[in-house]
Amino acid sequence: MPHVATLILLLPLVGYLFVFVNGTGLKERTIGIVATGVVALSFVLSVVALVLLLHRSNREVTVHLFDWITVGTLHVPAALLVDPLSVTMCLFVTGISALIHLYSIGYMHGEKDFRKFFLYLNLFVFSMLILVLANNLLLTFVGWEGVGVCSYWLVSYYFTKDSAASAGKKAFLYNRVGDIGLLLAMFLIFGHAHTLTYLGVFNVAGTLSPTVATLTVLALLLAATGKSAQIPLFNWLPDAMEGPTPVSALIHAATMVTAGVYLLVRMSPVLTMSPDGRATIAIIGGATAFVAATIATAQKDIKKVLAFSTVSQIGYMVLAVGVGAYSAAIFLMVAHAFYKALLFLGAGSVIHSLNGEQDLRKMGGLAKYLPLTFPTFLVAWLSISGIPPFSGFFAKGDVLTKVFEHNKALWVFGVVTAILTAYYMTRLFVLTFRGTERFREVTKGHDPHESPWVMTLPLVVLAVLATLGGLLNLPWAHSSSLAGFLDPTFGFVPAVGSSSTVAQWGLALVDVVAAVLGLLAAFSIWRGVSASPRFESSFFEHVWHWDDFYDDVIGRPLTHAAQFSDDVIEPKVIDGAVTGLAVATRRSAEGLRKVQSGFVRQYALAMVLGFAVIIVYLVARVH
Amino acid sequence: MVAATYAVPAILVFVTSALLIVVGALGVISVKNPVHAAICLIMTLFGVAVAFVAQSADFLAAVQIIVYAGAIVVLFLFVIMFLGVDRNMHVSVEPLVGQRAFAGVGVVITIGGLITLMASSHWVTGATSVSGSALAPGNGNVKQLGTAVFTTYLFAFEATAALLIIAVVGAVLLARRERATTKEEARA
Amino acid sequence: MNVPAAWYLVLAAVLFGIGAFGLLTRRSALIMFMCVELMLNAVNLTFVTFSRTLSDISGQASVFFVMVVAAAEVTVGLGIVVAVFRRRASTSVDELNELKG
Repeated sequence: MPHVATLILLLPLVGYLFVFVNGTGLKERTIGIVATGVVALSFVLSVVALVLLLHRSNREVTVHLFDWITVGTLHVPAALLVDPLSVTMCLFVTGISALIHLYSIGYMHGEKDFRKFFLYLNLFVFSMLILVLANNLLLTFVGWEGVGVCSYWLVSYYFTKDSAASAGKKAFLYNRVGDIGLLLAMFLIFGHAHTLTYLGVFNVAGTLSPTVATLTVLALLLAATGKSAQIPLFNWLPDAMEGPTPVSALIHAATMVTAGVYLLVRMSPVLTMSPDGRATIAIIGGATAFVAATIATAQKDIKKVLAFSTVSQIGYMVLAVGVGAYSAAIFLMVAHAFYKALLFLGAGSVIHSLNGEQDLRKMGGLAKYLPLTFPTFLVAWLSISGIPPFSGFFAKGDVLTKVFEHNKALWVFGVVTAILTAYYMTRLFVLTFRGTERFREVTKGHDPHESPWVMTLPLVVLAVLATLGGLLNLPWAHSSSLAGFLDPTFGFVPAVGSSSTVAQWGLALVDVVAAVLGLLAAFSIWRGVSASPRFESSFFEHVWHWDDFYDDVIGRPLTHAAQFSDDVIEPKVIDGAVTGLAVATRRSAEGLRKVQSGFVRQYALAMVLGFAVIIVYLVARVH
Repeated sequence: MVAATYAVPAILVFVTSALLIVVGALGVISVKNPVHAAICLIMTLFGVAVAFVAQSADFLAAVQIIVYAGAIVVLFLFVIMFLGVDRNMHVSVEPLVGQRAFAGVGVVITIGGLITLMASSHWVTGATSVSGSALAPGNGNVKQLGTAVFTTYLFAFEATAALLIIAVVGAVLLARRERATTKEEARA
Repeated sequence: MNVPAAWYLVLAAVLFGIGAFGLLTRRSALIMFMCVELMLNAVNLTFVTFSRTLSDISGQASVFFVMVVAAAEVTVGLGIVVAVFRRRASTSVDELNELKG
């Protein structure tokens, strides 16, 4: 087991180093095969790790790599924790990464920085694996920062475009603000538990006072909102769509943005000690889900719709964490990874076929030209809308059931958001694949063509997973489900599924009705006007003017302050002090110069007066 | 016949020497004519010689008259005549502001302080010097002084001799006319 | 009755003060030299007084050397005055003020 775990972690690094060291001498094919191969191998080894873990009775294996930091009472090992949660994360991270690597070989074909792309992608997988496999907060932080930096590099992949460069900056800066939260949480935890390892923290979590626990939880929440794009730090994710589509699929849908949720779930014993903290988490999650869904209904760009959809779905996950349904959150994370990656890759296929066009106004009627993209996209669409028997229905239903048990108001929000989700996804689907063809000018009269097999194979695989994903966690088969596998990790979790079976069926029905409502609404609105669609109110489209608000409140004052510093403080205060010193020295020197009058008699007088002073002093001393 | 030994009272000697000294000094610093100042200086030097004799420094009194009054002041007079400055100077105006006032204050404080210091430490500590050669009454001043200078302070004596030679050479050099310039001027 | 050493010391101090005042106040180089002689004499008087009081011949030996050095000093000093006078035709030291800052 230790070797398996270490290999899982190190294989992507090997891929990165291989491509890095070999410089620009490698062919595209070689780079693609090596990069994809190492990640695929990692996935295979993750399956092996799962099997090994299932055969153990004690499912918490610590793999110690080396002693990292030993300073005073601070002992931080570089060690991996292999338990059900981390193995689950490894599985879907490496699996989806491998598929996306394969897809990228086709999507990025012909790009001049092909090698750079795969370098960063492998490095990203390595960092993400550090994040999920680490056995202590500090090592997780290393992975946390690593994925942040890779995200920055990949978002500004087309760095010659101004918008791409600033989108990368924006992503990194928002992440950074969140990182303060993680650091604060580490300080708080170390201050009280004197250890940073997860197992150590879990042992003493019960002794934390509610205040400390709440503060820690809020700090962790800040970190999570930064990384997982929740309110108030979500604005970077839509801008991050400037990166190539595989990046959006991998990082900003399936893996990096789930890191925040992972962190919160990992620290569940601390969350359990703080009801106020959990309430805050739940409110943030619910609010984000709702707000993002409203924004997604008004977007014109295919990728922006999906971006806000991601924010909204992660909101659901955070909401689930807030009500203590950790396993449900992870289940939704896995299912979401399947269908959101599929949606993004499908969108990428569409964009690829239309020579890079992303505006929904210039699509339409693509169904007959894209025979593989269309059905897989349809599966994803049905899945995210919550139509049974696809995975989305089960996952979202699980979350909504748990929410209903704890907080009816939030449940209502959740259901309304589900309606909106179905609505905007159907709108997207109709505008892209059905209706009249508005893309002729983009393709210059030619027909759009389907993507090559390297791109459509991952689509098919993901479609299968999205369809069958629900089997992972059937509500009536608890012991063999994902929840059954994960629940022991969460120790203090309250009893599973306290609703009666009738209530559960009723809630499931409500979910289906909500999904169908949204679907029908979208169909009826958008089918008819597909020849020349009008687009809606700008409040939702401009992200509730959130970016403008940040600009006015934070950006502009800071720019003014910086300008003021440059205009006033720099020349007058700082330069003034330095120059002033020089000027003062010169002036005093000029003044003192006059003492040297040239008259010998005055010099002699000065000597006599000096002597007089000494005499007076001596006389005074004697008396 | 026994000549009446008339011991002049020491205090009378002191007063005489003090008068000569002070009047002479005041004269030096205040008269307008340099020649008159030189004469006043002689007066002071004589006063000091009298004080020397009163303190049993006979040889030094003699040297004082011969060297100081006889050679140095004469040298002064030579130079005064040579330069032709034996006319009255303007003493009343003082171009440097506050020089006289500050000088007066400084000097008064210095002297007053010195006197106070000496008074508070009982004028003389009573400790003899390191070389410690006593002034025995029977020996004669010249012999004693000669012994001290030629044995204990021999090195200083030789050094001052060298110093005198250097001074002479220096004076000759300083006072020389620059021959080369005048020759060229004469040719042109 | 012996005159106490204190009186001679005070006299020497006063002579020294007068000499110092003259040095600071008079402008003519020659007069300033004479004031320096006054001060040297005051010192000589002090030495001799102490020599008598402490019965030590070293004081008189010091005076001996002071006189020698004073003579040498006057020689060279007057030589300088003559050299300077050639250029400026004035013995006023106030005119020699070119080394001002």
